[in-house]
Amino acid sequence: MPTFVYMTRCDGCGHCVDICPSDIMHIDPTYRRAYNIEPSMCWECYSCVKACPQNAIDMRGYADFAPLGHSVRVQRDEQKGTIAWRIKFRNGTEKNFLSPITTKPWGQAIPKLAEVPGPSKEMRDSQLLYNEPKWIRMDEGGLRTLDDAGLKLKKGIYY
Amino acid sequence: MFSINPFAGISGSISPALMQWYVVLMVVLVAAGTLFDIVHKGSAKYFFENWRKSKSKSVQQVEGGELMSIAMQTALVDVLASGEFCNARRRIAHLLTMYGFVIHVVATAVLVFAYPTTPTPAVWPNLWWIGALMLLLGGYWFWFFIRVDVAAEGNSPFRVMHADLFVLSLLASVTLGLIWAWLQASGSAASGVFFGLYILATTVLFAGVPWSKFAHMFFKPAAAFEKRVSKANGTAENLPTLSRDDPEQQARHSMELLRDAPMDMGLGIKREAPRHY
Repeated sequence: MPTFVYMTRCDGCGHCVDICPSDIMHIDPTYRRAYNIEPSMCWECYSCVKACPQNAIDMRGYADFAPLGHSVRVQRDEQKGTIAWRIKFRNGTEKNFLSPITTKPWGQAIPKLAEVPGPSKEMRDSQLLYNEPKWIRMDEGGLRTLDDAGLKLKKGIYY
Repeated sequence: MFSINPFAGISGSISPALMQWYVVLMVVLVAAGTLFDIVHKGSAKYFFENWRKSKSKSVQQVEGGELMSIAMQTALVDVLASGEFCNARRRIAHLLTMYGFVIHVVATAVLVFAYPTTPTPAVWPNLWWIGALMLLLGGYWFWFFIRVDVAAEGNSPFRVMHADLFVLSLLASVTLGLIWAWLQASGSAASGVFFGLYILATTVLFAGVPWSKFAHMFFKPAAAFEKRVSKANGTAENLPTLSRDDPEQQARHSMELLRDAPMDMGLGIKREAPRHY
């Protein structure tokens, strides 16, 4: 399901070119609008779809069900710190989701990786990945839980 | 120089009636070119097809008064303030070019039709120059620094394509027009050559409407209007309509972590211009 661009909505701002991890979103040399130069290399990460300020990029559905009216569209609102999804099924059912993408204002919680000491020789020779003991807490107690994070498990499904 | 009507200056060698006919011909070419563009690309057909589709799927009806208010918003925000641009530099460049063009064209029409030979009030030649300089400032800024294949693709600003027909003929027309006016005011013999080049570039600009993006000044407002209507009628082109502004949404379980967060979290990836090609 590679991406495609609605040419009438795209204003050629270049955010998708900037963000595409496969470097396959480019500016069409003739029309000055974004396009996916190699759909077979697109792995549907949705980065460009979310980054597009004009909502001009969409995912092409599989050929067997695309013509039947489904739709999966997303809107990433940086200023509100949320991402919203609207999913329309072929039978008309619609689902809407709204989730946080950051809990602190942008640019406040930047990890200062340069100040973190590098791994020792012992750590390099170990089977564990960098920081693995710390983050899965093999060294200092049990696994992280909802209680640790101050959250509670609620019954039922909450959207 | 800035207070002299350059068109009155050449009225001795080119009759004012001919100049007036030329302006009328250019207006006719723009109208005919735009109509041809609409028929050839089927843009009006698709616009109304989309309109009907959006209306048939609408969650709430948008009629009369509300449509008028949306039309007003489109005119004030999207057209007069270039509100659809999300990049501030491009928006400023567009505003300079757009208002410069309007001022320059109106001043040209007044100079050619109202004061072809008679003494001209200084305000109209002044506006002719101010409009042209605004247009050149916005246009060259756009051309050399902020247009997408230079800013996002890292291409040379001197790479010229068919898509540049509008911008280049506009810049050429106004640049050559100013050079001609300047040479004429300083009494140079080369002013005739530049007048010829000015007319050539202007003819390409207005006669090239079917092949250039000149017609965007007509179909862009229609597209902006359609976008606003689709938001108001709930279809929103299938885009999500949920927002954190809605208290009901704030109470959702999924929004728990944002309960005490400020409503404006600032800009994330859009803090920087997309120039990391």
